[in-house]
Amino acid sequence: MKVKAQVMNEENMRRALYRLSHEITEHNSGTEDLILVGIRTRGAPLANRLAELIKEHEGKTVPVGILDITFYRDDLSLISPQPVLHRTEIPEKISGKKVILVDDVLYTGRTVRAALDALMDLGRPAAIQLAVLIDRGHRELPIRADYVGKNVPTSKRELVQVKVKEIDQIDQVLIVETEPVNNQT
Amino acid sequence: MVKFSKDLLGIRELSAEQINYILDSAAVCKDIFNRDLKKVPTLRGKTIVTLFFEPSTRTRTSFEIAGKWMSADVVNLTVSSSSVQKGESFVDTAKTIEAMGVEVVIIRHSLAGTPKLLADSIKAHVINAGDGAHEHPTQALLDLFTIREHKGRIAGLKVVIVGDILHSRVAKSNIWGLTKLGARVSVVGPPTLIPSGIRELGVTVEQDLDQALQDADVVNILRIQRERQSRAYFPTLREYSRLYGLNLSRLEKAKPDLLVLHPGPANLGVEISEELSVHRQSVITEQVTNGVAVRMALLYLLTGGGNQDEILH
Repeated sequence: MKVKAQVMNEENMRRALYRLSHEITEHNSGTEDLILVGIRTRGAPLANRLAELIKEHEGKTVPVGILDITFYRDDLSLISPQPVLHRTEIPEKISGKKVILVDDVLYTGRTVRAALDALMDLGRPAAIQLAVLIDRGHRELPIRADYVGKNVPTSKRELVQVKVKEIDQIDQVLIVETEPVNNQT
Repeated sequence: MVKFSKDLLGIRELSAEQINYILDSAAVCKDIFNRDLKKVPTLRGKTIVTLFFEPSTRTRTSFEIAGKWMSADVVNLTVSSSSVQKGESFVDTAKTIEAMGVEVVIIRHSLAGTPKLLADSIKAHVINAGDGAHEHPTQALLDLFTIREHKGRIAGLKVVIVGDILHSRVAKSNIWGLTKLGARVSVVGPPTLIPSGIRELGVTVEQDLDQALQDADVVNILRIQRERQSRAYFPTLREYSRLYGLNLSRLEKAKPDLLVLHPGPANLGVEISEELSVHRQSVITEQVTNGVAVRMALLYLLTGGGNQDEILH
């Protein structure tokens, strides 16, 4: 694997999230009934950051949850051994709420499909909107994001790596060239 | 990534790492209890058969609920109505079940080693739900889970197992699991019901229950199997209760945070007094809840997919 390009550095990421946080509150006319839900792993810290930014400019605290989608994956029968289970931690009932689903990369759309099913099992939200830091294309399902940090055209052979300080000690987004077979994001 | 073999036959075969991994996964599965909609699609399209050659209510029901909450199809095969009664051999019955596309067979049998025989003859995953006096791994896992949830750890705890150690598969599986995770285990019971080689498993044999409980963190009380009473392993139930039964006055002499476990069903007034079975230090009903969580985790972990090559092509 070799790094092909850096598509975001710390500054770019900060600005992209700043804009997303404004778009979310603009589109929803404020923060009422909003709840941010980050998809494990890297959607979670991004959801937290969006909540902090919203707090900065709106002065309101939006609840943040973490969603683990392992039970809902469509490729479990293909993977061995089974992926590690982590908790879903959502601080309040999502029924009637406007859920902002947050993930780092939107690719095939399969993760989002699983996340939608997982959310539906937890309640009946008034609406679900999708915010992603990177949209890299190559959708396999009819899914699109409502808020996109950056559109990055990629080939399937490439891998988009989002790194965040909370987990990776650095904020950046890289495009990495993989060997012939493509990886899952 | 922790790997598992095809079957779960006993705790003896598991590493401490595998046990902890099952318990961690069970904690996630337990969250499903608190949902309004208690179902996840994980095992959709998979079929599980419970094959019980011995009566059981809670273990079988627990497996059935665990499977159903994971969206598997669960079929209960009662032996009295099966071909085994018509003279079909055990292995043939198993192969017939497998030919119907079953992925997991959960078996309970009065003969030790039956799950192993089954596991060797079919490709489906086999889970031992109790075989003779050998092992009852899922009971031990739920006991470990319950202890860990309350005490935050297993290592360093003193656990006293009381009762019929000789015939108890629950005791054996618990001893394997507890010692692997670093607990100190003592067994107490009528000398006739303590197997002679038990010390080789790394446990201490104690004579006096009150003394054993003095520095104990957990006590696991085994069910007195009344059906064995005719063999005269101990004189009377009343004497058993006096020497080895857990009651309030005994509890009050022990550590204030002594955790009381019982695999159920309990003979109230024999091995445990009625007031104690509902005491705040007793976690008997929680054990039942945890049993479902642990079995969900196991079904999830054992049925893990094909090989890595398939996904790449």
